[in-house]
Amino acid sequence: MSDAGDNLRRLTGLYRMMARIRAFEETALAAHKAGEIPGPLHVSIGQEAVAAGICGNLRIDDRLTSNHRGHGHAIAKGADPRRMMLELFGRAGGYCRGKGGSMHIADFSVGMLGANGVVAGGIPIAVGAAQGLKMQQSDAIVTCMFGDGAVNRGPFLEGLNWAVLYKLPVLFVCEDNGVAAFTRADTVTAGPGVIDRAKALGVAAISIDGNNALAVDDAAQVAVTAVRRGEGPHLLHVRTYRITGHTSTDAAAWRPAEEVEEARARDPIARLGAVLAERGVEPSELGRMIDDARAEMAAARGEANAAAWPEPAVAFEDVQDTGAVAWSKSH
Amino acid sequence: MVEVTLIEASRRAVLQEMRVDSRVWVLGEDVARGGLWGQYQDFLAEFGEQRVVSTPISEATIMGAGLGSALVGMRPVIEMRIFDFVMCAMDELVNQIAKVRYMFGGQAKPAVVVRMPHGMWRNSAAQHSQMLEAWFAHLPGVIVVTPATPADAAGLLVQAIRSDDPVLFFDPKDLFWVTGEIAEPIEPIPFGVARKVTAGDAATVVTWSAAVPVATKAAELLATEGIKVDLLDLRTIWPWDQAAVIASVKKTGRLLVVHEAVEVAGFGAEVVARVVDQVGTTNLKAARRLAAPRVPVPFAPPLEAQLRLSPEKVVNAVKGLLAA
Repeated sequence: MSDAGDNLRRLTGLYRMMARIRAFEETALAAHKAGEIPGPLHVSIGQEAVAAGICGNLRIDDRLTSNHRGHGHAIAKGADPRRMMLELFGRAGGYCRGKGGSMHIADFSVGMLGANGVVAGGIPIAVGAAQGLKMQQSDAIVTCMFGDGAVNRGPFLEGLNWAVLYKLPVLFVCEDNGVAAFTRADTVTAGPGVIDRAKALGVAAISIDGNNALAVDDAAQVAVTAVRRGEGPHLLHVRTYRITGHTSTDAAAWRPAEEVEEARARDPIARLGAVLAERGVEPSELGRMIDDARAEMAAARGEANAAAWPEPAVAFEDVQDTGAVAWSKSH
Repeated sequence: MVEVTLIEASRRAVLQEMRVDSRVWVLGEDVARGGLWGQYQDFLAEFGEQRVVSTPISEATIMGAGLGSALVGMRPVIEMRIFDFVMCAMDELVNQIAKVRYMFGGQAKPAVVVRMPHGMWRNSAAQHSQMLEAWFAHLPGVIVVTPATPADAAGLLVQAIRSDDPVLFFDPKDLFWVTGEIAEPIEPIPFGVARKVTAGDAATVVTWSAAVPVATKAAELLATEGIKVDLLDLRTIWPWDQAAVIASVKKTGRLLVVHEAVEVAGFGAEVVARVVDQVGTTNLKAARRLAAPRVPVPFAPPLEAQLRLSPEKVVNAVKGLLAA
């Protein structure tokens, strides 16, 4: 009975997290369209089960590296959406003091070692962080999120090979939304794909339905436990779908409308909602969680719009200690 | 004081720091076997395979893994074996290491040292001889170290390992077996402080790395003719000792920058521009560069010699400067 209760609480937590990620990105997208957010914005609408299902199994001292589509990863790892929104807006009080923006969210206090503007850029960093933790005899692990496009870059081969050689505590997560920027990943990827590539290097790897939060959660629990136990790197190939375009300004109109509609029917939040309803959670309760998430993010947007810009002097800080500000200006 | 080669001096510097700081570790190809240059000889036996890590030939991950370890509090010495191979790790160096502190708003200080043995050595041709230190002086977020003597290599390497900033350490291949005295324990040498090699009023000669002994020989030859120059070894090109250079040029009124790297858009251009700006044209009679032509480094000895500096070339350049 208490197991069932715990399980329901866990699933409800997953649902709430996914709702918050969705609300954050829908709010950011609207703010971007309204001209409130400068720069590029890559959202992961439709992929929330991956971030929530994986990161829900991590401890706060576990580390995470993310990619350019990383808002969900950061929120699920425990980052504060308020400070994230401030950063997206480029305002004082943002995680990076207005110097990073959407593609460079980091919160080292919760183990989030940074999103990355370069595809596969986080892979070498993740294996090195794992190597450092191993040297420190920590039982913390590193989770490395990357997309289907990353498996065609050299650091994917190098990093997986490396993690096996030194038996490092890394969980690789290939978040496969089927499209590398504007190109279908399967048209630019030779062979049977990421699972076979991982297995060829000796990395334990399985493929799961990334729109099924329960499946992601279960697989992550097993993989995280194995990695933490010192069994070496594991890889999860999580198949999902990017409902929106590559960036906020990309309509991805090249995709057949039926394909997108079919994907909407597999919406991970609605699917988990159906499971929860079956287990007796009232629809009004689910609706309340969605409303709460939207209210939280609307407040974050309001706060960001009202927040001050960074002081100009901030542009010259955080470069390097040696010489500090004097060296960064003209000299 | 003990007389050692430059490469042995650098070996002792890393050894000393690894003994006192368990966060320091070395990674790169063949380092557990002592490294290509013997710069990590006997490290494996003392520190074990977790801190002395021979890696696959995976430059991108050597660089990136070093950074990742720094983000969890380690202090890696990243060995590139030969400078030219850093081209395979440019994303990790330029987009990641040089940026993480800034773009994350100061949350991380990547305390990494990247060692890159550079320059012409024993006719190694175009992919094993380059000197591109100017590229990295152009890159915000890193320190660029270019030593020329055993004592400087040792002291600057200790400083580099203790620094919270990323340090790019250009080991001068051609000078690895030059000997000199070092004091132990090795004291750190601060970045951005030039070393005055010779003193004089006739002209200011500014140089670094493998060009230093060539310019030193030239200064000795000039002195026999009664021409005494201020010879400054910058030791680090970012930060560089502008105060020392400017003070000297204000005294001499003549500047020659000598470097092994290609002259076009080399760091000498930055030195000259800065001096012109600070000293003004009234008090500056001439400011010139002596450096390599803009061609790749060729293989055959007589061809390579076309690119190399010589004391005679430096002597002639100084005399030309005096005639201006």
